[in-house]
Amino acid sequence: MSRASFTSAIGLVIEREIMVRVRSKAFMTSTIVSIVLFGALVAVSGALPTLFSSTDKVAVTSAGAEAMEGSDDIDLVTVESADEAKDLIRSGEVAAAVVESDDSPVGYSVIAERSAPESLTGALSEVPTVQLLDPDAPDPVLTNFIGLGLGIVFFMAAMTFGNTIASSVVEEKQSRIVEILLASTSARVLMFGKIIACTILAFAQIGLTALSVLIGAAISGNDLVLGKVAEPIAWFIPLFIVGFVMVAALYAAAASMVSRTEDLASTSSPIMMLIFLPYMAVIVFSSNESVMAVLSYIPFSAAVAVPMRVFLGTIEWWEPLISLVILAGTTLLALLLATRIFERSILRSGPKLSWKQALTRS
Amino acid sequence: MITLENINRSFGSKQVLHDLSFSIGDGRMTGFVGSNGSGKTTTMRILLGVLAADSGHITVDGSPITPTHRSAIGYMPEERGLYPKMPIIDQLIYLARFHGLSRQAAKRRGLELLEELDLNGEPTDTLESVSLGNQQKVQIAAALIHEPQALVLDEPFSGLDPVAVERTLNVLKSFADTGAPVLFSSHQLDLVERLVDDLVIINQGRLVANGTAEQLRRQRSRPEWTLQTETDMGWVRELPDITVVELDGTWVRFSADNANAAEAVMRRALSAGSVRSFAPHTVALNRLFQEVTQP
Repeated sequence: MSRASFTSAIGLVIEREIMVRVRSKAFMTSTIVSIVLFGALVAVSGALPTLFSSTDKVAVTSAGAEAMEGSDDIDLVTVESADEAKDLIRSGEVAAAVVESDDSPVGYSVIAERSAPESLTGALSEVPTVQLLDPDAPDPVLTNFIGLGLGIVFFMAAMTFGNTIASSVVEEKQSRIVEILLASTSARVLMFGKIIACTILAFAQIGLTALSVLIGAAISGNDLVLGKVAEPIAWFIPLFIVGFVMVAALYAAAASMVSRTEDLASTSSPIMMLIFLPYMAVIVFSSNESVMAVLSYIPFSAAVAVPMRVFLGTIEWWEPLISLVILAGTTLLALLLATRIFERSILRSGPKLSWKQALTRS
Repeated sequence: MITLENINRSFGSKQVLHDLSFSIGDGRMTGFVGSNGSGKTTTMRILLGVLAADSGHITVDGSPITPTHRSAIGYMPEERGLYPKMPIIDQLIYLARFHGLSRQAAKRRGLELLEELDLNGEPTDTLESVSLGNQQKVQIAAALIHEPQALVLDEPFSGLDPVAVERTLNVLKSFADTGAPVLFSSHQLDLVERLVDDLVIINQGRLVANGTAEQLRRQRSRPEWTLQTETDMGWVRELPDITVVELDGTWVRFSADNANAAEAVMRRALSAGSVRSFAPHTVALNRLFQEVTQP
């Protein structure tokens, strides 16, 4: 009688884990819903700027005010000079300004940060020249999209599949089939098989979500999504995969320490905090360059902070590489740690272990 | 033949196995008996390589046990466990493939075993949808699915009705008849007594008895006889070298050093009146077990 080799045994575990999820109605439903939801969100988002821009304030000098006569739905702020109007635009208090101009054939021109609001140009009776203060500035909508979007993708994947891997470990522990499995293969095979299977599932789900987002973008005609985010996304992919393996390993270890599903929350909540706090920090400090620089080197926030800084152009070319190396090193450590805890705890039944106990038990 | 030599194992400061040694012979059903917490499950886990021994050796036909040997053992752990929500046949196939069986071969073998064990349900049912007794049958099938060359079963009969016990027994016996070593633990001593070729009794992690049931009887107890007459047997108490174990008017059970001494009692009874029956008394495994575990 032979014994399946290390790799083919891992293959068996991966196959089963994936088949069980794919056959689960609950899993497939939530996956499909989230994929469709993301696509729909982007499809609708194309319409958002025009919906909201009508309420943007516009600064006007006396000449500008004349040109704006008759457009009641635009909020006007009267200023003394074109320079004062530019200051208001830079500080973000107004979206654009209409000022007198000698260059313009109609006698006035529109000033804006990176593009003139359509609601404004449409309201003017004659087409003015448009002066842009900083045409290359990152689109704030897109910046938020990168931060929030990638953040949600990473956070959701880590939480969903982290819990998937944890409940799969506890299921085997609780039902005690783990003892039969360990008589046929090693604890390492079980753990690595589960981690790889969940990484494949998470990546497949995100790939499909990305596809759905692209379709949504095509529907809304939002071609910006494609061009400008290509490089940030290119960094997100490797950082996500490596970071996800790290999270999955920690969840597997946390799950091996308990005997019942009810106890899982207590050992897995520290991991949840490790994912959640940096995620919140990235959203809160998205405009603070030095905090973002620090966050891009912290393994748990790198996957979101690095693409965001790449997009904003505030990162040196070598920085993402350093982040990736730090993340890979941390992931390796997490795998070693998880293997150690998993091998020691997987057969143990009875009260749950603390992280400290799991590491120090002989 | 699988041999355990001087196995020691501690959990923390508590030593649960002390220099445990015994053998499981080829083609022999070996019963593994001991009270709760005596170390049976730990021994079986060490045998399967699920746990490591602190010291000691395990050999198969004289050479040290390897993962390949261990892989050829069918194992049924004390705490039953399979995937509750997975179809029965699928989990048998999954387990078999770890042992290198192809999917097709595993499926064929799995269906055969479920038929042989008389599973009351469809092989495609999920495990949780069949009764506990049927889940137990699936568990036995899981131990046999990869065509093992030896069996180690922890309490294989617990939870089975008498019909299922017989059916399982037949499956195990026919397995041992192919020349494979079979070790199983059980608390049902009457069943063990009827079934086993060899007995291994442990108490608090130490071997207290090992051999055939007959050998153990001879080693441990003074032989006993029963005698039924038509007159009162109170006088047996007065005899030297004879110990009365139980006395009920005209019936007595006593122990003696040898058959001659016992026959002397019978002849004296015969001279006092008629003797209805006189026979050696077989000590039940139950008592044997109590004797060796509570000295």
